[in-house]
Amino acid sequence: MTPHVLTRSLDRSASIFILVVAGLGLLIPLSNLLLPAGSMLQVPTYLVALFGKYACYAILALSIDLIWGYCGILSLGHGAFFALGGYAMGMYLMRQIGSRGVYGNPILPDFMVFLNYPELPWYWHGFDMFWFAALMVILVPGLLAFCFGWLAFRSRVTGVYLSIITQAMTYALLLAFFRNDFGFGGNNGLTDFKDILGFNVQADGTRAALFALSCLALILAFLICRAVVTSKLGKVLIAIRDAESRTRFLGYRVESYKLFVFTLSACMAGVAGALYVPQVGIINPSEFAPGNSIEAVIWVAVGGRGTLVGAALGAVVVNYAKTYFTSGPLAPYWLFMLGALFILVTLLLPKGIVGTFSAWRESRKATEKANAESAAREDGVGEPNPAE
Amino acid sequence: MSVMEGRTTSALLYLDGVHVSFDGFHAINNLSLTLEPGEMRAIIGPNGAGKTTMMDIITGKTKPDEGTVLFDGMTDLTRLDETQIAELGIGRKFQKPTVFESQTIEDNLLLALNVDHSVKGTLFWRGNRNESERIDRVLETIRLTDARNRLAGSLSHGQKQWLEIGMLLAQDPKLLLVDEPVAGMTDVETHQTAELLKKINKEKTVMVVEHDMTFVRQLGVKVTCLHEGTVLAEGTIDQVSSNERVIEVYLGR
Repeated sequence: MTPHVLTRSLDRSASIFILVVAGLGLLIPLSNLLLPAGSMLQVPTYLVALFGKYACYAILALSIDLIWGYCGILSLGHGAFFALGGYAMGMYLMRQIGSRGVYGNPILPDFMVFLNYPELPWYWHGFDMFWFAALMVILVPGLLAFCFGWLAFRSRVTGVYLSIITQAMTYALLLAFFRNDFGFGGNNGLTDFKDILGFNVQADGTRAALFALSCLALILAFLICRAVVTSKLGKVLIAIRDAESRTRFLGYRVESYKLFVFTLSACMAGVAGALYVPQVGIINPSEFAPGNSIEAVIWVAVGGRGTLVGAALGAVVVNYAKTYFTSGPLAPYWLFMLGALFILVTLLLPKGIVGTFSAWRESRKATEKANAESAAREDGVGEPNPAE
Repeated sequence: MSVMEGRTTSALLYLDGVHVSFDGFHAINNLSLTLEPGEMRAIIGPNGAGKTTMMDIITGKTKPDEGTVLFDGMTDLTRLDETQIAELGIGRKFQKPTVFESQTIEDNLLLALNVDHSVKGTLFWRGNRNESERIDRVLETIRLTDARNRLAGSLSHGQKQWLEIGMLLAQDPKLLLVDEPVAGMTDVETHQTAELLKKINKEKTVMVVEHDMTFVRQLGVKVTCLHEGTVLAEGTIDQVSSNERVIEVYLGR
């Protein structure tokens, strides 16, 4: 019997990762809902929402690691796909408010009433249905990535030039979404959400469910990435990363491969954004800020590029540090610390946390093996080698 | 579109009146050259003679400004890109050995096999016995069977050259373009490489660019000397190396 395509690729670290995420995804919501408030083991709701945010960031980090760690495409605009997924979900949440908004208009969201929109813009239609919004969460980032990638990869834009145009893309979207007449709430964005699928977004139960769903999505995203990178396609991606023209002269259509992973990665980033928005309660143009995308790349670098587990870990570690430091007296210095972190990781841990750890383990194993061999030779039990 | 009505030449590779210039520098100047099926040809010439540029033209990396480049008498290579040309059956070894350093030797060869190269094909790829047998055969030919699970980056320079030749074999092309295969090799390795190329030539057409005259002599094949982007002399190694012009621009007195 051949193992399923999603599970054949699991090694030990991957299995541990899935078990930990699944465990947290179950235990944290249960502890939040079942244990009495104030109990030592009870996870307060604000922490559930915070951890949910981390899980979404981890999905974004995985999507960046897939293209950067394995295919060498350094996108400094991946936050755009995350934000687009978030906006698609935000539009659904806005339409669910109905007549409970400040102006009580049953169709138009508050900002449209305020800005004197006569009617709902055409691109807001359909977002009252969850399935439609969920589809758009994947399709819109996917389509943008496909068009962008088709143009960029076919023209063989690579390296730093590609990074710069991805920055330009997210910056252009930032400016567009800031405009009031663009139809997405201008600089206030979309907020004041009430319900998701009929459940109150503020309720403990909904938050716990959203957290559990984010963990599930993280596991699924991880499995998809693992399946891709351990397939033969994954070997082609690494080949492209290491020697692009060699791969081309072997008869591989490099641009198709890049387009495939770039689009897949953007869809995953979109899903991450969609799960993020109901948990933080707002989506505004600042999510498109170029700095956000760069920060996400730093998470991956810190955790370990090309390791998947490391990317997710890096997202959680750096964001935990961010939460910790920005809520204390060190808050004004956070950006300096982030910059210093990036420089230190690049200089001291170029393989990131997970990459360095596995390299250390490999070398220890190799030393042990060598020691065992030399010990065996000294004892005279080693195989006799006539050549020596 | 890129396939002609009928065969115009019996040659496997046919270059006629090819011109390329980069910013006014004429890298290739009215170059005409034919390679018959099954032939092995050595290309020599001083630095800047256009040897590598010629390979770039044949493999689609550089488009000529003028001239005809036909493969198999039928296919106009100037209209195709690198991927299409590779799939037609032209393999190329680079001047600097280029292998996938962070992958194992076996994976390097697996990637080189001329099987389905589409995104879908590789995503749902499953190994089969035919493929692993082909890899085993190539590993034996290039004498890297014992190193199959080592990372290609850990190989010596000479072994990398061999691995890259092995990748060409796995690609199973009709025509092999081999750019400086013995650069940086010891005398023994150079000798072995000449033998390997002769063995490969029993089944395939080969074009070798090389500076090492001992090696070229050992190959014992027709030699073409390029100079300033055009053919200076052509013939046996003895004819070419006694040619006045060749001695003047390349071999030295």
